[in-house]
This record gives sequence, C-alpha cells and structure tokens, in this order.
Amino acid sequence: MYDVIIIGAGVTGSAAARELSRFHAKICVLEKEEDVCCGTSKANSAIVHAGYDAENGSLMAELNVQGNRMMTQLAEELDIPFVRNGSLVVCTAEADRPALEALHERGVKNGVEGLRIVEREELVRMEPHISDQAQAALYAPTGGIICPFRLNIAMAENACENGVEFQFNTCVENVEKTEEGFRLRTDRGIYEARCVVNAAGVYADRFHNMVSGRKIRITPRKGEYYLLDRTAGDYVSRTVFTLPGRYGKGVLVSPTVHGNLIVGPTAHDIGDKEATNTTREGLDELAVKCAAAVKDVPLRQVITSFAGLRAHEDGHEFLIGEPDDAPGFVDCAGIESPGLTASPAIGRMAARIVRDRLGLTEKEDFIAVGHDVLRPDRLSVQERNDLIRRHPEYGTVICRCETVTEGEILDAIRRPLGARSLDGIKRRTRAGMGRCQAGFCSPRAMEILARELGTGMDRITKSGGDSRFIVGTDKDSL
Amino acid sequence: MKAYDIVIVGGGPAGLAAAVAARKSGTDSILILERERELGGILNQCIHSGFGLHTFNEELTGPEYAARFVAEVKRLGIEYRLNTMVVDISRDKVVTSVNREDGMFSVRAGAVILAMGCRERSRGALNIPGYRPAGIYSAGTAQRLVNREGYLPGRRVVILGSGDIGLIMARRMTLEGARVLLVAELQPYSGGLKRNIVQCLDDYGIPLKLSHTVVDIQGKERLTGVTVARVDASGKPIPGTEEQYDCDTLLLSVGLIPENELSRGAGVEISPVTSGPVVNESLETNIEGIFACGNVLHVHDLVDYVSEEASAAGRSAAEYVRGLSADGAGTVIRMNPADGVRYTVPFLIRPERMDEKMTVRFRVGSVCRDCYVSVYFDGERVLHRRRPVVAPGEMEQIVLEKEKILAHPGLEVITVKIEEA
Repeated sequence: MYDVIIIGAGVTGSAAARELSRFHAKICVLEKEEDVCCGTSKANSAIVHAGYDAENGSLMAELNVQGNRMMTQLAEELDIPFVRNGSLVVCTAEADRPALEALHERGVKNGVEGLRIVEREELVRMEPHISDQAQAALYAPTGGIICPFRLNIAMAENACENGVEFQFNTCVENVEKTEEGFRLRTDRGIYEARCVVNAAGVYADRFHNMVSGRKIRITPRKGEYYLLDRTAGDYVSRTVFTLPGRYGKGVLVSPTVHGNLIVGPTAHDIGDKEATNTTREGLDELAVKCAAAVKDVPLRQVITSFAGLRAHEDGHEFLIGEPDDAPGFVDCAGIESPGLTASPAIGRMAARIVRDRLGLTEKEDFIAVGHDVLRPDRLSVQERNDLIRRHPEYGTVICRCETVTEGEILDAIRRPLGARSLDGIKRRTRAGMGRCQAGFCSPRAMEILARELGTGMDRITKSGGDSRFIVGTDKDSL
Repeated sequence: MKAYDIVIVGGGPAGLAAAVAARKSGTDSILILERERELGGILNQCIHSGFGLHTFNEELTGPEYAARFVAEVKRLGIEYRLNTMVVDISRDKVVTSVNREDGMFSVRAGAVILAMGCRERSRGALNIPGYRPAGIYSAGTAQRLVNREGYLPGRRVVILGSGDIGLIMARRMTLEGARVLLVAELQPYSGGLKRNIVQCLDDYGIPLKLSHTVVDIQGKERLTGVTVARVDASGKPIPGTEEQYDCDTLLLSVGLIPENELSRGAGVEISPVTSGPVVNESLETNIEGIFACGNVLHVHDLVDYVSEEASAAGRSAAEYVRGLSADGAGTVIRMNPADGVRYTVPFLIRPERMDEKMTVRFRVGSVCRDCYVSVYFDGERVLHRRRPVVAPGEMEQIVLEKEKILAHPGLEVITVKIEEA
C-alpha cells in the first residue's frame, strides 16, 4: 500500500512527484511508456508563457503566472536550460488593435509584470524579420524558453533522489475506490494507494471517470511543428506570436534554448489519443501561417517535424483537485498550454491537496538540487582537459552535429531514471537531435547502450516497446 | 602551439589523396585529423566493387581502394590522428580538435585542406508526414549496420530516392535476405549512375517508380507501412494515386549535403548551389590558404574523381606553403554555368595560376538527350561536344587549356552550357 500513486511521468506527474517528495510518504509513479517525458511533455512549443492569455480569474491564469515566477529558481535548483527571452504578440492590422489592447489589459489583471505595447518602429528594431504588416505588438519580458525534456526529467530525477519510486512500462487499466483508498489494476499487477494523483495527460478523463460521477472529457488537440537548423536559430530572438484574429489562431516562431528555431503549432481536435503523426495538411498550414508575423521564415532549414497532443478539456480550464464524490483522487486534468509553464505550480497545488488529505509532514532532508548531464562544452579548455584526463570518454565525440561525447551518453544512461532507449539518450544529451537526425551517431549510440545495459544490439529500441532498430543478422533467413 | 605546414580535416578518400599529393609535392609537415576509428572514410562501408577503374585501371571494393591510399600515407610517414573531432577552424588557420588522448588541442596550419565529406539528407528535411517509428534509416546508416556490423535493419524494405547509395543498398539488402519492394524516386529521372540501375535493380527485379514519393509513414513503434503516390511535374503528390506498401523498413537516399559547418565558422564563402565552398582554379576558398576537395566541395559520383580533385588540392596547398602563390594579383575569370548547367567547380580561374590543363567539373539540372556541351570564352564558342545523354546523377567534365585561355587576353567570363542538337 502506497500513500500516493501518481499516474503519468510527464511534466505534471513529475512536478507532483517532486513536490510530494518533500513530505514523509511512500510514493510511486506509474508510467505506461519506458521513460519519463514521452507524451505531450516532449512535443510542445517549449515556451514559458508570461500569462496574458488565460481568462481573468481562471485557475489557468493563476497557475500560469505562478509557474512562470517559480521557473527561475527551479531552473537554478535543477540545472534546467531556461532563458527569459521575452515574447511578442504581433498585431498585423489596425482593425485588430482593440484585441491587442484587450490582451494587454487581461495580462495586467492576471498579474503579468512588465507588459507594454510596442509600436512598429521599435518592433522592427527588436525583430528585424518581423512581418511588413506588423503594426504593433504586446511585449512580455517575462516570457521565456526552456528545455521541456530537462524540465520534466529534472523534476523526475529529483523526485527519485528523494525516494519516489518509478515503475515504467506499467499501464494502468482500471482504478476503483476501496475502503482504504484506491486499487489500480495495471498490466503488471495490482497497486494500492491511499491517494491517487491523476496526471495522465490525454487519458486523464478515462481515470477520472472511473472514480467519479462528474464526467469530464479530454479531447486530443493536435499541434504540429517544424524544427529548424541552428543556422536559422537567431532568425528571431524573442518568441513571436500572432494575435488571434482574422486569420484564426496563429502559430509562433521562436528560438529554442538549444539554438534552433521552432515554428508551430497547428490546432486540430482529433479522436485518436495516440495519433502523434504529422499530416500533409498540418505541415502545409504551418508554412502559410508562420508568415503572418515573421517574414520569409527559412523553411528550407527544417531538420525535423513532429506533432504533440494537447489534453484539451471541454471547459478549457485546468481541473486540479478532488472530485466531491472521490476524495483522495486528485485530478490534474486538462493540462494543455500553458501546462508546461504552470507545471511547477500545478505540482505544488496537487501536493498540498494530498498533504492536507493525508496529513503529511515535511522532511528535513529534502534534496532540492539536481544536476544536468555534464556538458564539456560549457567548461573552460583547462577544465575540459582535466575532465578528459580523468574520464577519456569525454574526449570521444559521438554525435558530431551537436558535439555530444561518449561521456555525456554514459552519464545519461547511468544516472537515476537513466536512458534506456535512443530517444531517452537524445532527450538527455541531444545526441541525434541535430541536422543529420542521428544518421551518423545512431549505430554508435546503440553500441554504447547495448554495452551499458549488457544486452544485444537487437534489443536496443528507439523508444521502448517494439521500436527495435535491428531485426536480425545478415543472411539469417537464407 | 604545434604547427604544421598543412592540416587536412578528414581522412577519407579526399583527405588521403590530398595528403599523398602534398607530400609528393615536397611538403613534409602534414597532419590528417580523422573523426572515425580508422582512415578511409565512408569507403570502409562500401564493400561493393566498382571503385578505381579510372585511378588504378582495375575494379576494387571501397575498403580496397581506401587501403591503397592508407598504405601510401603510412609509407610516406604522414602523421594522422584518429578518433579526433575538429571543433573549430579559425580564419587564421588555427585548427582546434578534441580526442581522448590529447583532450582539446589546437594546431597552427600553414594551409588547411577541407575534406570533411558530406552527410545524407534526413527524413525531417523532406517533410514527409506521418509517424516517427523505428525502421527509417538513411541508406548510409543501413549500409554501415549491414556491411560493417553484420546487422539486418529490416526485412521488407521500401527505398525512397534513387541516389547511388540507395541503389547499392537495394542490392545489398536483397543479398542479405531482405525483400526490397520498391525504389521510389521523386524526380522523373534517377539520381544515380545508369550502371547502378542496371546492376542493382534490374538484375534483381526490383521495381523503380519514377515521379513517385512517400506521402505517409505508419507505425507507432516499428514501421508498419508507407503510402506511395505519383507526383505531378512540380513534385506535388497526385490525389487518388496512392498505393500502400506493408514494410518494416524505409531507406532514404534523397541527397547528400556537404558538411561545411566548420568551413562557415572559418568564414569560407559557401555556394548556395553546391552547398560547398566557392573555390578558384587552385581549389582555394575565399580565405587564403584554405583549400577544399572531395564531397565537402561538391558531391561526386565516382571516388576516382574525388582522388583526382583532392590530389590537385594537395599540390596547390603545397605550392601555397612554399610561397609559390603568395601574390594574389592578376586577372580573374568568372566561370558562368548556364542553360542546364547547375554549377561548375572551380567557380573562378586565375589563368596565371592554372596548370597547363585543368579539369572543370559540373552537373546538369535535368536529363537531356542528343545535346552538346558548349564552352564560350566571352561570346566566342570554343568547345561544342556532342553527348548522347547528360543526367543530374552523373558528373560531367571538360578540360580547359591554359594556352588557349592566355591566347584570349581580356577574357572575363567562361560560360559552360548545354545546347540542344
């Protein structure tokens, strides 16, 4: 019997796990995938929103602004790449100016600091590639960009270090109320807990509806993206949004913390909660829409495209808390944008609800600090050479596009909740995330992973399950 | 900081040939920096034959071809470092690298020869929609797994792109027991050599569908299938022409991109057409003393031409460090690729500096039958050579003679074009 079971090791579940690990409690996270950060958390805009979008007085607004404020300290504590590069919402027609002003006003009421409207002249100075139609923009200096993988992984690693158990490849099939709390049937046996945190992303409605009569519905809202080469990474320096208006909801153009340029997302409601495929229509739509706020986006520099599914709840609001007919079952449902930004605040809120329900007390030995994979290129030449002398594997470059060494890959595999697949290595080190998209480094990364896991090359997967790279040996069927 | 007369970035066919030629031209102090575990570059995984017909008058495999140059490099006592990744080349020719033994180290070069080769265009760059499962490989990655490591990456294969590596891999996968269902090519012509279409597809009954592309990729974990459709003249898929292929593997052979990130860092001017450096008759870039050759300069079809070009770069670099070409003045003639010719290498010619005979290499933009390759000195046609067919997949070349150029004082532009019969 656990005190708390968290369903889902995405950014929300991992934030809740970290916040709960501050307390004396027996906690377990159940994740159906082979790693943390495998769903919506890995496929989004990687933006820390300022908080002007959400409706005044909504929980979404409150947690967005809180999450944004928490991010500086969290990024420092857990060594997460995070930059407050500022964001701009661009108005491209004088007719839309009232909407821009309304957005400004909404942001101020939500408590967003430093908001102001910049006129075209200043806007062009700030962003030389801004659209010729751009009239003015709402500038939010608190907007930022973050590594969504590291944010998720860092909180999970930290929770793990503070005693939270993680079970991967464990899919929850049913949740039922019991005298003592809840019984969860999984494909790997029965788990019981006094409290459950439902952080199941697009599946959160399924679990909620198993224990509560107040039904909710989560619709996957697909967002497709382009990622561009580093050579295009400084095309804009702030995150540039289009004011929702005549052209519908626009797409953003933003640098990433790793120096790439990201363009997206589309927004289409779909039925299939697993349909993370990109579509011709979606990609074509992006190519058209990105031109609204930024001109001549160099789409020839695209190195990959991907799609993520937002967990859109019918009321477009974060549902955080216990349904009145299921005390002890704490929903974190409807976590769509700005969910990544709000995640630290959502985790804290969920943890406080559980604390109050179970009467948990704080630990004195909570470890607040975590470290990212050691990056030799952040060291001075002297430090780097000292490192290579002690650990020669930091002198062997495996991923040439992102300059990732064997030492970093080993670190990613050997650390708590370490990588078990090539995608796991990629999210922790960036190996394979560059312009050749793992063409050169995947055989070597596979070799290192097989050696470390003490298994054969034919067991190495891209992302767990049946995603194997190798099906046999030469001539084995002849 | 250690200094060398010539530092060569890359120990593949281009780097090796450049090193050998530079040594034979009298330069003693040469260093080759190679990121892989051995010299020879991509040839080490090209275990099929067909290499060396021009250079050695015999048919060798890739590793055999490389071995001849490696033996020569060793015989000549040329210094090289393996497992060494160059991370920076500065404008003033300081080359910074990293490896296990030396850590981060910099060397000062009298001349630098860029010989980094190229990489394969990835699925992402093509914008093929669909899922992102395991089972999608660039043809070269699959070639490495199969030929060097003995692993089969899949059993039912569709290949997109008819570049030479894709064609070679169609045959290789078949020989290793996989079934190749189709090679689909976006263009109305193949991107590879004619001989490879015959020897790798026709001989094995593998269908090639021109003007076709992959429009959807299925499979959440491992690839389960792809949808292929015909495309119109502008390359857009035609609705209603979709065909479904159940397969576990998609190989991509959709183009090679010269790897010039280091060159850009050094301030080398890059041609938007070749994605390689803009070079003159000496294969020297806009940065004095930095030379380029092989696939980093432009993508070649035959390694024999890489060796030939790289030897020229090696000789030029040797002359440069001996101070024979210190003076940069004199006339500069611009090469002008026109009417079906996409580019020429070199891009510029200084007649005083050129050899008695100089090879100009180029590629055409589309297939053209019964045509002429013509060369004009300003307005005057000086060469008009009949060709039964020219194709983008096969590199073309002409030879310019110094004597003839010098006989045209005031010559400004040499135009190379394809003319119809």
